[in-house]
Amino acid sequence: MSEAISVPARPIRSASRVTPVTIFLWGLRIAALAVILYGSYQSISSGRLSGAQWRDLLIFGTSTGSVFALIALGYTMVYGVLRFINFAHGEVFMVGAMMAFYVANGLAATSLWIASPFVSLLIVFIAAMTTSASLAVLLERIAYRPLRNAPRLIPLITSIGASFTIQYLVSGLVGPSTKDFPRMEPLRGTINVAGSLIPTSRVVVIVVTVIVMIALYLFVERTRTGKSMRAVSEDQETAALMGIDVNRTIVTVFAVGGAMAGVAGALWGLVFPSLNYFSGFLPGIKAFTAAVLGGIGNILGAMLGGVSLGVVESIGPSLVLAGYDIPAFSQLKDVVAYAALVMVLIFRPTGILGERLSRDRT
Amino acid sequence: MAQVTAPSPARPVEVELRPAPPVDLGRAARLGLIGGVAMVLVAATGIVGTFQTRLLIDPILPLGLLFLYLLAFAFGWMAGKPPAALEGFAPARANSRNLVAGALAGALGGLCVGVLAALMSTFDLRGVFVQLSPQLLEILTFGLPLGAAIIAIVAISAVAGAIGAGVHLLPIRLKRSLLPALVWVMMFALFTDLVGQLFAGLSAEFLTDFLFTGRGGALTIVGAITVFIVVFVAYWLLGGRETTLRGRIEAMPRGQRTRFSLIAAAVILIILWFVPKVMGPFVSQVLDTAGIYLLMALGLNIVVGYAGMLDLGYVAFFAVGAYTGAILTSPQSPAFTPQLLLIVAIPFVMIAAALAGLMVATPVIRMRGDYLAIVTLGFGEIARILFNSEWLAPIFGGAQGITNIPDLRIGPLQLSTPQDYFYPIFLVVLIAAYVTYALQNSRWGRAWMAMREDESVAEAMGVNVVTAKLSAFVVGAVLASFGGALFGAQIGSVFPHSFDIVVSVTVLVIIIVGGMGSVPGVALGALVLIVLPNLLREFSQYQFLFYGVLLIVMMLTKPEGFIPSKRRAQELHADELSQDAWLDIYGDKPTTDATTTEPPR
Amino acid sequence: MNDGSRGTPILSLRGVNTHYGPAHILKDVDIDIYPGEMVCLLGGNASGKTTTLKTMLGYVKPSSGAVFLEGENVNDWTTARRVGHGLTMVPENRRLFKRMTVRENLEIGAYLRHRENHGADYDRIFEMFPRVKERLTQRAGTLSGGEQQMVAMGRALMAHPKVLLMDEPSMGLAPLLVAQNFEIIDQINEAGTTVFMVEQNANMALSIADRGYVLQTGRIVLNDTSQGLLANPQMRQAYLGELEN
Ligand SMILES: Nc1ncnc2c1ncn2[C@@H]1O[C@H](COP(=O)(O)OP(=O)(O)O)[C@@H](O)[C@H]1O
Ligand SMILES: [Mg+2]
Repeated sequence: MSEAISVPARPIRSASRVTPVTIFLWGLRIAALAVILYGSYQSISSGRLSGAQWRDLLIFGTSTGSVFALIALGYTMVYGVLRFINFAHGEVFMVGAMMAFYVANGLAATSLWIASPFVSLLIVFIAAMTTSASLAVLLERIAYRPLRNAPRLIPLITSIGASFTIQYLVSGLVGPSTKDFPRMEPLRGTINVAGSLIPTSRVVVIVVTVIVMIALYLFVERTRTGKSMRAVSEDQETAALMGIDVNRTIVTVFAVGGAMAGVAGALWGLVFPSLNYFSGFLPGIKAFTAAVLGGIGNILGAMLGGVSLGVVESIGPSLVLAGYDIPAFSQLKDVVAYAALVMVLIFRPTGILGERLSRDRT
Repeated sequence: MAQVTAPSPARPVEVELRPAPPVDLGRAARLGLIGGVAMVLVAATGIVGTFQTRLLIDPILPLGLLFLYLLAFAFGWMAGKPPAALEGFAPARANSRNLVAGALAGALGGLCVGVLAALMSTFDLRGVFVQLSPQLLEILTFGLPLGAAIIAIVAISAVAGAIGAGVHLLPIRLKRSLLPALVWVMMFALFTDLVGQLFAGLSAEFLTDFLFTGRGGALTIVGAITVFIVVFVAYWLLGGRETTLRGRIEAMPRGQRTRFSLIAAAVILIILWFVPKVMGPFVSQVLDTAGIYLLMALGLNIVVGYAGMLDLGYVAFFAVGAYTGAILTSPQSPAFTPQLLLIVAIPFVMIAAALAGLMVATPVIRMRGDYLAIVTLGFGEIARILFNSEWLAPIFGGAQGITNIPDLRIGPLQLSTPQDYFYPIFLVVLIAAYVTYALQNSRWGRAWMAMREDESVAEAMGVNVVTAKLSAFVVGAVLASFGGALFGAQIGSVFPHSFDIVVSVTVLVIIIVGGMGSVPGVALGALVLIVLPNLLREFSQYQFLFYGVLLIVMMLTKPEGFIPSKRRAQELHADELSQDAWLDIYGDKPTTDATTTEPPR
Repeated sequence: MNDGSRGTPILSLRGVNTHYGPAHILKDVDIDIYPGEMVCLLGGNASGKTTTLKTMLGYVKPSSGAVFLEGENVNDWTTARRVGHGLTMVPENRRLFKRMTVRENLEIGAYLRHRENHGADYDRIFEMFPRVKERLTQRAGTLSGGEQQMVAMGRALMAHPKVLLMDEPSMGLAPLLVAQNFEIIDQINEAGTTVFMVEQNANMALSIADRGYVLQTGRIVLNDTSQGLLANPQMRQAYLGELEN
């Protein structure tokens, strides 16, 4: 009855039959494992990096991963209700970051930026959240709503178009140049956490993420709107027949997902202070990877997947690639992320918290 | 459950037709606002400013403003469109209310532009929006004072919208002659260089002098009127018949049809033979590029159009072809310099591409459609990063790429100019087109299409899904690799940055605009989407914006493309009404049942 | 309850035509349901029964004709507003939210009554279905078919229906459960709730309903009291006869 949505939707024939494909996939799995293990062994035994350096990479990865996790929420929530990948979600994030940049830039010219960094940041966050949320809602209204019942590749292709459109619109509107986020003095120092010095901006990212995530979790689990979201994601028609306004609920999902991407955009500015119209693409793909990694459609999974991916991406190159003496291995950082995506989908397409989404609607 | 047979006396099934619902003004208003946003964006991204210097028809029609008001026209057209026909209802006819709807949409669009103009004249917005310059304000307001300008903008937009809606009121024959005539005038006006080249190549410069303000100049009013009349009359005489050319060809008896296609093919070949000679190096270069894209599009058409797998990393196979060709032929290849002739290298290129195809396809065989899209995107990016990496630089040259790729030589023939390359490229394209055509009705083709429709049903019917998927990927990869090898030889070098995701998306746009699964559609797509932007130089900076918008608009309005494969059109247009669902013209549905929304497994 | 009481129908369809895309599903359908009645709609597979219910609820909009709720034309009302005015549906196959708990399912039933106190409703439901109380924190997907039916009924009752629209309540249930279920429906009707029931199981439905309509390919072809329908020769031949096999 409840067949998993996140696995190949047919009974897996290969379970009973060994085909060249299964052999190939097993080979691939074993090879990947061997490569990872050998590389890690090499680089750990060489002692190139100290314990403190590993710890820094871990923290770096966790904070970057927090941002991925926040973006991943949008993918996962939209996937939950509409069963499609909103490819343009990375751009929703980018536009939030752009807004954060312009507001921060404006505030940096006033005394508020120095006098009251907390209030300034709050304004930046609110601006980024509303912008991203509005953009996400607009996309839903114009590009996706008409395609609710279309074959599933159609909205996906539309969202690719939307992604391009937004990128080049932003490039046309504000110019293609790279923008530098203004610095905020209090964020430049370090904080002593349990004996180790950690950059304040990273701590802020992690703390904000945790707060936002808890709030979102409570919202979805406890509130009436959250319940209606879950009901709609499970069975739109029945939810509508129970008196839930499905359109409004879907809009809420886009708005909340967009707002999360907006938070991510503002946080991004704190950690990686340069930004252009293309800055949403890679984080978008990585966040999608995180969503799949955690189990798409699953909010807790997105959080977990994001942090895992951030850590893998930050530690992976130094751990695995360095073990093979690969020159300029940091160039291959993104390969690690993509490889992680491919591997997740081969090893465990349902993701870490691979919940078996019911598809009893047939 | 029991099948019921006539429990009641036989009753007449004929019902009298109910009148169709009138066109919806609320919908028109919503469309107008969306159109207004589009118009504002066209102004604010600099499109209006960039094209303003280009006179479409000397001296009256600058292109920048024309774009702006074409949007008003288009949204007026949409707003005035009579609703889709329903069973049991009389078909809707356009009337003056449709005109009002169009004018309303146009006026609201114009109002948005007016608001933009008012904002621009009050604030300096250039700190954020770099294009909102005083010059743009001057263009938008026609140099009038603000109040008068806003009135003028709204009035012009309303008229443009009403004209757009008025298209629905025209008798069909008039419509079929008028629109092509206008399009042809546009083409002549936009592609003056191309037309000039053509006339020069045909030694008919006198036509250039007659139609344009001079060599390389704009279309004159007399020229525009001439083109209009010629095209109008031609279409009027041809048109009026209800069947399309395609329909008539299909209606021919078999023998006649074969003869017709042979003659058509011969004519096309002869024309193609003369194209590079007449067109000169610049246009030939553009056509070569289009040919290479067309080759890729034919390949991707197999993967996406036939087999229904959305491959977003398709550019990787193009890159594999280009790099394999480069390594095997260039003396500059870092690791390994066999310096083969390209002709000799081609089998190796194919093998490399086939292997790459298998490598990508095998892991994704069991993946659902949307995951497959993202994973292939991942593969494409991995390929680009690896080609670019210092790690593999000893083989692929890293960011420096591989240079000094020798030109293509076939026996004694040494190719060098873009004109020369036109022939091999189009030969390969023709072969590829033939192959894809033949595959369509082959066992493989049927297996692919069955799989696209419903994988589990296909499998139950005995289609080996694994083989079908692998073969689609391999055939697609091989076609792309040809394109890559030719591309490398023609440009003389390969660099990793040529193999961006943007290429994959461009190829995707081509097949979607043309019509997924349809070979003529793909050809048209490549022609329009590669040739036109390259010929219209100012356009290149907005090319990808245009592609993005085009993808959305096509999916919303014509997902089967402009020259659809028949089967695909039926699939996608099963529910005409849902096309317009976003405007809520039928109230706040959803009208559909979840059973039909569940994707095929 | 009774079949004689007339007055204003609590729910009626007047000349309703419904399309899915271009396909014409309901054709000039007229239905009147009076307060307190139990009316059934019989018809074969794909005859448009579910579509009738969805049209009543406004989930599908009629392309012509109108839906009246207590004498008022509600064509422009959203589904939510109609549900809020006491039109509640128990969908085909129950369609619980399987990943949500039983309690959450019941809460969704009372989605539009979130400002009111639900204590009495829960008591009523627990009294009717003691099993539901035991399962409150369990995920609905883990319940047995019979329990799911109880939760589905409970979910509908949480909405305080004036008219309960039942879509094929007997589908997919064991005969014993069907009988139990019909008994409960009868009880609910006796307690004053109007019931409009869609069924393919004509014998069963007519045994408890006051009146019935017969729908064939989107048209109402028969309309009579239960006794009348049971006695109708065409009816006997087309539905009842075959069903006895
Ligand atoms: N969402 C939909 N889109 C298109 N056609 C539909 C949809 N839902 C139902 N139909 C069609 O409408 C007809 C009636 O369906 P339905 O009302 O569900 O029948 P019943 O409930 O009597 O079995 C069927 O032919 C069905 O295929
Ligand atoms: Mg039904």
